[in-house]
Amino acid sequence: MRGDPVGGGEAFLAAELAARDSYGRLLAYLAARCRDLAAAEDALSDAFCSALRAWPRTGVPERPEAWLLTAARRRLVDHHRRLTVEGEAAPQLAAALADAQVDASGRDVFPDERLKLLFACAHPAIDESARTPLMLQIVLGLDAGRIGSAFVVSPAAMSQRLVRAKSKIRDARIRFEIPDLTEWRARMHSVLEAIYAAYGTAWDDIAGADAQRRGLASQAIWFGRLAAALVPDDAEAQGLLALMLHCEARRAARRTSSGAYVPLDRQDVGLWSRPMIDEAERVLVAAAACGRPGRFQLEAAIQSVHAHRAVTHRTDWEAIALLYAGLLQIAPTVGARVGYAAALAETRGPAVSLDELERVPAATVTTYQPYWALRASLLARAGSTKAAREAYARAIGLSEDGAVRAFLLEEAARLSTA
Amino acid sequence: MKYTVLIYETPTEFEARTDAARKDAYWGAYRAYTQALREAGVMVGGAALHPAGSATTVRQHDGNRKVQDGPYAEAKEQLGGYYILEVPDLDSALEWAGRCPASATGAVEVRPNLNM
Repeated sequence: MRGDPVGGGEAFLAAELAARDSYGRLLAYLAARCRDLAAAEDALSDAFCSALRAWPRTGVPERPEAWLLTAARRRLVDHHRRLTVEGEAAPQLAAALADAQVDASGRDVFPDERLKLLFACAHPAIDESARTPLMLQIVLGLDAGRIGSAFVVSPAAMSQRLVRAKSKIRDARIRFEIPDLTEWRARMHSVLEAIYAAYGTAWDDIAGADAQRRGLASQAIWFGRLAAALVPDDAEAQGLLALMLHCEARRAARRTSSGAYVPLDRQDVGLWSRPMIDEAERVLVAAAACGRPGRFQLEAAIQSVHAHRAVTHRTDWEAIALLYAGLLQIAPTVGARVGYAAALAETRGPAVSLDELERVPAATVTTYQPYWALRASLLARAGSTKAAREAYARAIGLSEDGAVRAFLLEEAARLSTA
Repeated sequence: MKYTVLIYETPTEFEARTDAARKDAYWGAYRAYTQALREAGVMVGGAALHPAGSATTVRQHDGNRKVQDGPYAEAKEQLGGYYILEVPDLDSALEWAGRCPASATGAVEVRPNLNM
């Protein structure tokens, strides 16, 4: 290792940089070879700790990632040796861990195994509620408390969930591998759904609903970009990225400077992020070129139509209704049904839209706030004041955001004076 | 399983209850929340409480009875009300706690009830 001894500050910065850029890649590499996520995490975190101790003395190494990988590998081999009775597994493990390649320029080139990691986190055997948290912790290093807060789950419970999921991977010997073609679509879909769950809801079509009321938006988009880059010819991965980018592009317009809620049709399009919309459109075009339509591409296309208001100054509700009708054929979620009804309200009027809402099973919407927000505004438009008031109350009671609550309270107050 | 949701409000929020400009929004939000709980079939009980100034605290230590005007603890946020919910698990109780208006300005504590 070369390098002059430097102050603790630079060593810390180097370790921090290595962490941010490489944590996921290093962990994926280690985990794919030892198949014990928790042990790989511990080994890597020990390696980072010893880097912070050693580098101020010895200098920041020329290849920090290689240093960390070596340190982590040693710990893993030791750990495994302690666990294994006969110690047979240790030499095999050491060999498996030793196959990092060094290219001609002397830079470590170890393969990017993160795609395998994503597939493992979203494996069918892993509890659905654990898949997104697992991805967030394993690849981005988020702690259980931060993840718990995003999903409104107690930190202790989230911690347990993560421990159980990692043990499952180890004990059930879940393989870190790319699924073969026959399983690809279904497995990829699980990965994309898990990424989407980190974002929250990526639409704001309905006045009084709140897009991404929970979730880790920037982390989700990071994962979306990673997936889209790792599998450039997967149409749905491109579609998911486009969907999240379109929604994120409008974030600044959703609140006034004083924090009041602004529904989509009243948003100032000048506040929408043009670079993000442009990126979303490029990605959506790339998805369409694959010729394999799917749920996320359709949802992205709907948001793309909304985005065109910035250019045409009107919303093409007929196109949106058509796209929702298509979406309902392949993914009849509650969100899609309510979105379709919202579009129908603009193309065929509130009465037709209310009929559509009636068809949504009551049990699926007891706590689904956007249903009630839409229903309330439709009933208000249809002149059914008493029913509208009740629906507004329901929507308000189910809202998680103070600004949305305030908006709906005002809309409800307007009923009395109408 | 039963959970108690304890609602801690700031002095500003307590004031909103009687402030002409804010009381409609304040009570409207809590009425709506209560209605949503009832219609979801999860509300078992609950009450709004008069503010901390109306509290009286009783202690009886070593045969000495001490009665104090005021709440148990002097804190900026004070208990303003509570709900008792019957839900399948803590996650569900926390989701409802997140909808309580006080979670945006004060704090909402969720505790599982003991089965007696």
